[in-house]
Amino acid sequence: MTNALARAGVIRPDPKDPSPLRIDEVLVRKMLVLFIREETAKARLRRAVVGVSGGVDSAVTAALAAEALGPENVLGLFTPYRISSPDSRAHAQEVSRKFGFTLEEVPITEQVDAYLKTRKEKVDKVRIGNKMARERKSIEYDRSWPDGIVLGTSNKTELLLGYGTQFGDMACGINPVGDLYKTQLRELALFIGIPEAIVRKAPTAELWEGQTDEGELGFTYADADLVLYHMVDRRLRPSELIEHDFDADLVNRIREMVRRNHYKRVMPLIAKLSLRTVGHDFLYPRDWEAD
Amino acid sequence: MSIRIAIAQCAPALGAFRRNVEMHEKWIARARAAGARLVVFPELSLTGYYLKDLAADVACAPDDPQLAPIAEASRDIDISAGFVERSADAKLRIAQGHWSGGKLVHVHRKVYLPTYGIFDDGRYFGPGDRFETYRWAGGTTGVAICEDLWHVSTPYLYAAAGATIVLAPSASPGRGVAEGGDLGTAESCRLMDRFYASYLTVYVVYVNRVGNEDGVAFWGGSEIVAPDGTVAARAPEFDEDLLIGEIDPELVARERARNPLLRDEREDIVLRNIAGRLGLPFDRRD
Repeated sequence: MTNALARAGVIRPDPKDPSPLRIDEVLVRKMLVLFIREETAKARLRRAVVGVSGGVDSAVTAALAAEALGPENVLGLFTPYRISSPDSRAHAQEVSRKFGFTLEEVPITEQVDAYLKTRKEKVDKVRIGNKMARERKSIEYDRSWPDGIVLGTSNKTELLLGYGTQFGDMACGINPVGDLYKTQLRELALFIGIPEAIVRKAPTAELWEGQTDEGELGFTYADADLVLYHMVDRRLRPSELIEHDFDADLVNRIREMVRRNHYKRVMPLIAKLSLRTVGHDFLYPRDWEAD
Repeated sequence: MSIRIAIAQCAPALGAFRRNVEMHEKWIARARAAGARLVVFPELSLTGYYLKDLAADVACAPDDPQLAPIAEASRDIDISAGFVERSADAKLRIAQGHWSGGKLVHVHRKVYLPTYGIFDDGRYFGPGDRFETYRWAGGTTGVAICEDLWHVSTPYLYAAAGATIVLAPSASPGRGVAEGGDLGTAESCRLMDRFYASYLTVYVVYVNRVGNEDGVAFWGGSEIVAPDGTVAARAPEFDEDLLIGEIDPELVARERARNPLLRDEREDIVLRNIAGRLGLPFDRRD
């Protein structure tokens, strides 16, 4: 009783205090394992397919899936492009060995390059990255047939910033890690036994050589997570954060990314015409069970 | 003489009425075997919670033949279970029925419909408009469905009307996973249960469900809190459980002797104060 009151009282926006981001790992692990188990069953499926990149997000997702469904019911797919680093392969294999699920390597170089060769115009590197992300996802969906669900690995930071490819890495049947900021996901990762080398390395989508998330974004996940936590979870306005010594440029930039990329987080808009329209006023739960 | 009751901390299927009736029958049999006089199910236990447009599909009148198996099962054990009630004039409400001796003896309709955050009750349901107590073998009782309990006036009105038991069937989604304590929702609920039980000297029977609906996990943690503020029984979080506990009328009497807050309560002042502020006619002075 006193704990609850004390805790509610001590959360103040402070750019130097990351403690509000800490989570109860035992509780989170239990909730996520139950989530994967139940929601997979409710979709009338029994296996999970996870794109395992060698990074921490997919490592946590695959490990939780192995715990929820049994490692024999989890298929990890490592889908390298020619620029993918050998470290990524080694880390993906390490996670698969440690948590006991099968890892298959399906290179995407041939099909991506074959498509790119047909383009006459100069193709921006962002387009190449998006193409890779969607190629990978099409393989995950293919390999999920007939009884598997594709697990999402986008964390809350990426989802809120819109730092992902729509219908690419963001696509999935269910996403167990989408309500955990990167900082929280790292904490959970260490707790469930993801190797430190994977948790501590610089996050990268490896969409082009030398790319790192933090280099491309221009700020660290640690800083972004704290801003997002107070802005989203605690509902503070940007002006209030700036009053509490958060960097004004960072706050405004993050706020604008959240707003501009909101379209990526919602279902496509459907033009309303009839008296009852999917997405507008035909609102059934997704977990609509049969009698 | 204490009365044994059971809490069915179960995971109803969303929109699958017949399957839920069968599920109820199994829990009722277990409660009966455990010697319970009453088994309490969570909010909307016969239909599931996040129904959205399914609400109209699963709604039924209290005397609908679909509910007959529940009435039938209540011949030797009382049953409190949740369903969507369609009234004679076709209004949908979140209801908790109490069946006893083969008959429906009381229905409470959820008054406070949370329509904010992750809740959308007010879009799909109409509100109930009364808090009425009723009697069964365990004593005078009032039902507070989930959000009803969060409004201080609900258990107050029941206690003032003579209730010694507040049944609180819920569908409470678990959220708040910060370090350094229990689930945020769990802490709030336990604070509430203990506060009401102690200060109104009643039994609070908090009945929460488990399972996931559309990605939201109901956290369980059902409990029976006695009028002395002690936790008489508590179920685990997130797992199904048949929780057994005792309701002891003697404990109510002892606590009320020690702590006669209810005896001394000035309902007339409460009423005059509110009536005055709302401009209602009551202004009687004795």
